[in-house]
Amino acid sequence: MTSKPRHAATATSPLGLLLITGAVATVGLLIVAPLASVFVDAFSNGPQAWWEALAHDPDTRHAIWLSLTVAPIAVLINTIFGVAAAWLVARFRFPGRSLLVSLFDVPFSVSPVVAGLALVLIFGRQGLLGPTLAWLAVKVIFAWPGLVLATTFVTLPLVVRELIPVMEAIGPEEEMAAVSLGANGWQVFWRVTLPNIRWALLHGVVLANARAMGEFGAVYVVSGHIAGATDTMPLRVEKLFQEYRTPASMAVASVLAALALLTLVAKVFIERQLETESKELEAARAPGADTDPTTGGLGP
Amino acid sequence: MSIRVDGVSKSFGAFKALDNVSLDVPQGTLLALLGPSGSGKTTLLRIIAGLEWPDSGRIEEDGTDITDRHARQREVGFVFQHYALFRHMSVFENVAFGMRVRKAPHAEVKARVDELLHLVRLDNLGARKPAQLSGGQRQRVALARALAIRPRILLLDEPFGALDAKVRVELRQWLRRLHDEIGMTTVFVTHDQEEAFELADDVVVMNEGHVEQRGKPEEVFDKPATPFVMDFLGNVNVYHGRVENGRAFWHGVPIDYPDYPHAQARAARVYLRPHELDIARAPSGGPSEANQGTSLAATVLRQTRTGPITRITCQPQEGGSELHVDLPSAAARQLGLQPGEAVSITPRHVRVFLPDPEYVI
Repeated sequence: MTSKPRHAATATSPLGLLLITGAVATVGLLIVAPLASVFVDAFSNGPQAWWEALAHDPDTRHAIWLSLTVAPIAVLINTIFGVAAAWLVARFRFPGRSLLVSLFDVPFSVSPVVAGLALVLIFGRQGLLGPTLAWLAVKVIFAWPGLVLATTFVTLPLVVRELIPVMEAIGPEEEMAAVSLGANGWQVFWRVTLPNIRWALLHGVVLANARAMGEFGAVYVVSGHIAGATDTMPLRVEKLFQEYRTPASMAVASVLAALALLTLVAKVFIERQLETESKELEAARAPGADTDPTTGGLGP
Repeated sequence: MSIRVDGVSKSFGAFKALDNVSLDVPQGTLLALLGPSGSGKTTLLRIIAGLEWPDSGRIEEDGTDITDRHARQREVGFVFQHYALFRHMSVFENVAFGMRVRKAPHAEVKARVDELLHLVRLDNLGARKPAQLSGGQRQRVALARALAIRPRILLLDEPFGALDAKVRVELRQWLRRLHDEIGMTTVFVTHDQEEAFELADDVVVMNEGHVEQRGKPEEVFDKPATPFVMDFLGNVNVYHGRVENGRAFWHGVPIDYPDYPHAQARAARVYLRPHELDIARAPSGGPSEANQGTSLAATVLRQTRTGPITRITCQPQEGGSELHVDLPSAAARQLGLQPGEAVSITPRHVRVFLPDPEYVI
């Protein structure tokens, strides 16, 4: 992008050095140091203690298991909803379309605690659907379905937001071509649409999963934090911390932090793929080089 | 298979893309839909393919109403403007797609794809991805893919629009030969008259959602039915003149026009094509007098040579807008006109259009 001399000049100028120092200090102090301290604290009594804190406490074990169940269910719901909604928005024009797109963003702007309370107002015993749920003997609030609902709510925009711009950039032509070649709806989706959006979809899924694993506020309200029943990993971290069991708390926190780092690696890898794909899309739209030596002209 | 479009209309919101269009495409015809952008030609093509639904009207194939038949069942091969190749599939899989979704046996798919890749001269490129192909190659993959399902009609949307000039001409001739070999009813959309005239058996000129004229290329070119067609085919001198008593007048030069025998004079537009004008040095002896008989006195402004044709731009001595005369470059060199010289211009052929009554204020 910029030429070499410019780089050199920026790096050595006093202002450049000041900015670099400032950025490194901020990132170090706010991101690297706290994250590192989580791992340091978690392993302060050795790996043995770390393992015991995770595996030998039944409530912690249950919290890990619950998180590993609730998050995938929420992500799955999000994936199905996200693909369907993105397809609707990217392929069709209808009244209320832009309102719908704005509504997708509500979970980003609403405080998770408010979202949790709203769910209690709807699904709680005194809530709007309370009598119906009681009659059906289904427990939502203070049970795992509530956790799934709250997690789905806060992660809702992540997949659909990722897909809409990609589907709009790709355009409907390939899908129309597939239809004209005789493909039915499912065949178009599995053979054409999905392969074209796979990296964007995976990106959305990874982000949604990270958010789902780490969600605290909304889940806190609907779970009722019953140890061994409705505590997820983040709730367990908080509870152990409140009970002055810091090493155990830090052990669970380190699992969450490790998941976050794993997400980061996956995210970087997927973003590279996405970049390659968008370059390919550009290349496919360009006229292309018409001087291919393997065929040359069409011959007589 | 023959196609019949019967009274088809289609609107997108307030925009009327097609207004009661009817069209017959006999079996084996290679037909061009020619028109400017927004004339409805692509919409018509998509309606024939079943990718768009008409608001009213019918589409028939061999006399059978297929208006409500889904694109999937129409057995139409469609080549998209930007090819719409499946980016993540190899060339082979692109061509195989139509057979794969029909669950054709693998051996049959392989044989058919190889045959088609040979037909479009891409024998060794089956493993490539579309992004690794040149524009002309992509176009041929798109064609092979459309032909793979053994369609009964082939529809092409601006098939050569995105290619550079040399490849375009090659592909055009190749498509014509291919059509002659397989004889499939083919409709293609273009905004390029040269393409339409060179390639098609029949040309349909469209404008603002209706058909302006349909005919053989030479008919459309030699006898434009409407001022729009004349204008669209371009390269024409347009003048405001008048008609009376079976004659049209252009700068006072009378031209036979038997279609208007009335005595009452009426304004008319006179169209002269640059290559249908004769130009000669005005008789020597100073500036020419008034228009003599059937020719117009003018002054040469400049000459521009574009390959085999030289265009001479003249200014009528009476005033008015400039006039172009096209001559073969050899003839122009022989004539050796200089800017400022007086010339007389004689039309060999003119067309006169009376304004539609609705336009008369």
